[in-house]
Amino acid sequence: MRLDAILSGDRPRGRVLTVVLILAVLALAGAPFLFPGTKALGVASRICIFIVLAASYDIVLGYTGIVSFAHAMFFGIGAYGVAIALSGLGPSWGAVLLGLGGALLVSAVLATIIGFVSLRLRALYFSMVTLAVASFALIMATQAREITGGEDGLTFSVPRLLSPGFRLLADPLFGVRVDGRVITYYIVFAVAVVMFLAMLRVVNSPFGRVLQAIRENEFRAQALGYSLLLHRTLAGVIGALAATVAGAMLALVLRYNGPAASMSFEIMVDGILLMTVVGGMGTLYGPMIGAILIVLAQYQLQPALAGLSAQITGWPVLPMLVNPDRWLLWLGVLFVVIVYFFPKGLAGRR
Amino acid sequence: MKPRIDWPGRLLLPLFMLAALPFMSPSTWLTLTVAGAAMGMMLFLMASGLTLIFGLMDVITFAHGAFISLGAYTATAVVAALPGMAASQGWAAALAVLALALMAAILAAGLVGYVFEVVIIRRVYGAHLRQILITVGGLIVAQELLVAVFGANPIPVVKPLAMQGSVELFGATIEVFRLVAVALGVAVFAGLQLVLQRTRLGLTVRAGVENIEMVEALGFRVKRLFVLVFVTGCALAGVGGVMWGLYQGLVTTAIGPEMMILVFIILIMGGMGSVTGAFVAAILVGLATNYTSFLAPRLALGSSILLMVAVLLWRPRGLFSGGR
Repeated sequence: MRLDAILSGDRPRGRVLTVVLILAVLALAGAPFLFPGTKALGVASRICIFIVLAASYDIVLGYTGIVSFAHAMFFGIGAYGVAIALSGLGPSWGAVLLGLGGALLVSAVLATIIGFVSLRLRALYFSMVTLAVASFALIMATQAREITGGEDGLTFSVPRLLSPGFRLLADPLFGVRVDGRVITYYIVFAVAVVMFLAMLRVVNSPFGRVLQAIRENEFRAQALGYSLLLHRTLAGVIGALAATVAGAMLALVLRYNGPAASMSFEIMVDGILLMTVVGGMGTLYGPMIGAILIVLAQYQLQPALAGLSAQITGWPVLPMLVNPDRWLLWLGVLFVVIVYFFPKGLAGRR
Repeated sequence: MKPRIDWPGRLLLPLFMLAALPFMSPSTWLTLTVAGAAMGMMLFLMASGLTLIFGLMDVITFAHGAFISLGAYTATAVVAALPGMAASQGWAAALAVLALALMAAILAAGLVGYVFEVVIIRRVYGAHLRQILITVGGLIVAQELLVAVFGANPIPVVKPLAMQGSVELFGATIEVFRLVAVALGVAVFAGLQLVLQRTRLGLTVRAGVENIEMVEALGFRVKRLFVLVFVTGCALAGVGGVMWGLYQGLVTTAIGPEMMILVFIILIMGGMGSVTGAFVAAILVGLATNYTSFLAPRLALGSSILLMVAVLLWRPRGLFSGGR
């Protein structure tokens, strides 16, 4: 009963999925102690952040049925908000809050405008308009050198509690030094859990049901008196705000932000879109699985391909295709195969 | 009933050109206008196929950029294979090199387009969401395959010698290649219009854009028409890629996908499915880009987006929409 209240009555379907998810959450909860090391901690933070990001994208893609290419833009706005505030005002919690608040405001306004201008037209136009707006934002971010640091981005210090030099305990805990990095990780983890549960709440609310109704049958939902424009725009705004928070967390973890780190089309397509589709649209557990798999793949696929291509040097054509730099090719193939044969993804709705 | 002539739509282009005149000297204006028209023509080559594909097949493909890249890379290969002809003085050799590059690109893009239609597009007819997703996946794969074949480094490509340099016209400097691009664009536009308006095939395609079920019910093999239009669209993207690659002088892997943003803006502005709309919108975008890169360089892409928003507020279905 209590569990249902926390998960908004929306438990993962299937025993295998449930076990995998529980193991994943436990692994993430104990990550700093189970997998010590700076790199492993970076991967774990990235997984937490992308779970929030992909899940928020699923509210737009999976629950509302519209393809937005501007989600990385909102992610980038969050990251830039915190980065600009911290590098301009110095490392304080006030600056973090100010940056996050400003970014949330910008995202909300932008998402509302995009929704009202382009969703009034055919849903198909929305994809193309978001693509255009996102590329314009990316150009602005790289061109406004004085504010955003251009291509190089911004490097900044975080509040003392989060900085790597800070020690919470004098002695190591279970052999791990509890420093600012570990504290940052646990803040990210906690925010990710809260955000995920909140989004679960949103999609299982009456509002979420209307979104699904619109996705399943636009005409019928409209006939029942629900405004398509209003619901779709609101879904877009909610997704955008969650992505903004994810972006802010990314900036705090990296202590850096630049176009390639948060706003680029690589993040949008090879990250967010791939995670959501591979994991499964239409349930928030899908993007969760997708985010874990793709982040791990991004770190593991290249070494794996390097090993494979070392095995087959001298074969015709093949070495060219399993070149470690071609890891994206294989993710692309996986993407196409999943859209064909498993349109519901690994954990999609049945 | 006599059809009402759409004066605002027809006068938009000349008015837009005139509106820019007060902000610059006449010779600068002429240079920029020709440059804009040339860019617009190349954009039209890329967009015309896509607008037909959408109009007839109701298919939206995000992988179109890969065919632009393919055309550009084909151009580098053809020019590199014919160093003697590309470097010789005369126009005959230059045109021959260009024609060969165009034919190679048409063949390559058409062939790959055929495979793409059969393997990828055919299974997702009528499902927009899956079309967008699967063609984005197809774009990733196609781009990576291009990198696997041609390498990740940018490839420089030199225009045939006779098409380099510029001429003086009313005190304005005009690059020769831009004139070639305008000529080719107008020729393709005229050719497309001729086929669409004057032939039986064009009649069937136009009827299909209007009402596909009716055409099918009358016994035409619509699926075969789909393949033809898709392959033509991809070949046109290849042609656009050749011209754009030669124009830029440097072919990178991003060359096609970069253009897709402008191509989509053109489709939306022109009215999806309308070749005339794509033509006018492409020139508008080309002009807007060139005027603003002279007046306020940072806002070049922004100007196209603003233009699109303005057009959509005026005509939500695009400038020349045939009711779709």
